[in-house]
Amino acid sequence: MKTTENENIEIEMLLEAIYRKYGYDFRSYSRASIKRRILHRLAISRLKSISELQHRVLYHIEFFEKLLMDFSINVTEMFRDPEFYKTLVKEIIPVLQTFPYIKIWHAGCSTGEEVYSMAIILKEEGLYDRTQIYATDFNEVVLRQARQGIFPLERIKDYTYNYQRSGGKESFANYYTAKYDSAIVDQSLKKNIVFAGHNLATDGVFGEMNMIVCRNVLIYFKKNLQNHVLGLFKASLRHHGFLCLGTKESLMFTEHENDFEAVAGKVKIYRKKIKTLENEASI
Amino acid sequence: MKHQSDFEAIVLGVSTGGTKALRMIIPNLPSTFPLPIVIVQHLHPHSDSYFVEDFRQCSNLIVEQAEEKVGILPGHVYIAPSNYHLLLECERTLSLSVDEPVNFARPSIDVLFDTAAEVFREKLIGIILTGAGKDGSAGVRKIKKNGGFVIVQNLDSAQVETMPRAAMNAIDVDLVIPLEEMVPTLLRLTGML
Ligand SMILES: C[S@@+](CC[C@H](N)C(=O)[O-])C[C@H]1O[C@@H](n2cnc3c(N)ncnc32)[C@H](O)[C@@H]1O
Repeated sequence: MKTTENENIEIEMLLEAIYRKYGYDFRSYSRASIKRRILHRLAISRLKSISELQHRVLYHIEFFEKLLMDFSINVTEMFRDPEFYKTLVKEIIPVLQTFPYIKIWHAGCSTGEEVYSMAIILKEEGLYDRTQIYATDFNEVVLRQARQGIFPLERIKDYTYNYQRSGGKESFANYYTAKYDSAIVDQSLKKNIVFAGHNLATDGVFGEMNMIVCRNVLIYFKKNLQNHVLGLFKASLRHHGFLCLGTKESLMFTEHENDFEAVAGKVKIYRKKIKTLENEASI
Repeated sequence: MKHQSDFEAIVLGVSTGGTKALRMIIPNLPSTFPLPIVIVQHLHPHSDSYFVEDFRQCSNLIVEQAEEKVGILPGHVYIAPSNYHLLLECERTLSLSVDEPVNFARPSIDVLFDTAAEVFREKLIGIILTGAGKDGSAGVRKIKKNGGFVIVQNLDSAQVETMPRAAMNAIDVDLVIPLEEMVPTLLRLTGML
């Protein structure tokens, strides 16, 4: 019992130290996953305790960067959850078609697979040329990869399968060039995407979005941080703007449950209601 | 053998042959069963929740797909969704993660067992049933290390032996029993028999 208790205290102190020193706030992340990551890093670094690891983190930025990679869980894929993309094309694209100009924010975009998937959909629907996509993550290492748009060729088989199940209209091979063991995404998909650093826990609003896509990020946050981020999204969306969450994420039991309505509940696509209490007061 | 109040939760891991094995256990537990049961069954990444639906219909317990932030309750069975790891948080709530697969599996039994052992320590029962691969063997080691109780399906009654065998090789298992003894054993361990 003692060791767990001490470990938990040490973890809190480590997260506090990271926040004070580097500004990254992991204090409100789901603890079980963070703890597994810390214990794993501890084991492979041959350090004796979390306190020792904390010392290393404070005095060696390279060690902190390793831990940051551990914590940020960048696993992603193209056209993950084909059902989501299918619904997007069927229910959301027709609405977006009516706008002269479209702004989309991908928050927590990781290495970019999800963003390029969206670009493909928009292109096939004839919307890409009037869309601006802002793709953000708090991890500079993955952003660098995202900008390059180079993916392991071995994943292409899965991605092609996903693409087809998403209702893709072309041959998936049109969107990349194979070179050695890499797949390089087509340049034309990049032109309206801006990749930028943004930390959902500590940075501010990104204004006037027609759609925000934030999938498989909120599952790592505790309730209070989820509420904070959803507040940020609400403030960044235009009235009636769309919010797309991961298939296992939901607005239920959050503070913002009533600010949104479900458009496609099963795949977690919501729409910001026009009248929320706040802007009712400001009208 | 321990007394009823000693346990607070059950975690169960199963792979190949799982649906059949679980059908011998879950529907045969009474609605008054006093512990929450959390299950990782290896599923195809694209499979849906038909499996949960199946069990919901024929069980006295409330069977549901595990969702993030849900507190686990007695009388309920929580099944990990495909393509997500399932973890236990210290507030006794569930959380999900899309971390890379562990032992080629997502959900991984090791991930659930590891985090559950942190939370419930000696008050946890871990069960390994039929399956291929060695997922779960690091998990049962962690449960034992934290003082919990481990049951493994015997090899004769297992459709695939590899997983139960790996668990037995990893630790001194508390009980090795055939599938049909799982329910009476669980009832005994929780003071219901
Ligand atoms: C599991 S990936 C999800 C990637 C993609 N959205 C998908 O669903 O495939 C989670 C991403 O969220 C990012 N992330 C985690 N915490 C963040 C924060 N506070 N601010 C911005 N991004 C964050 C991580 O760096 C990681 O790239």
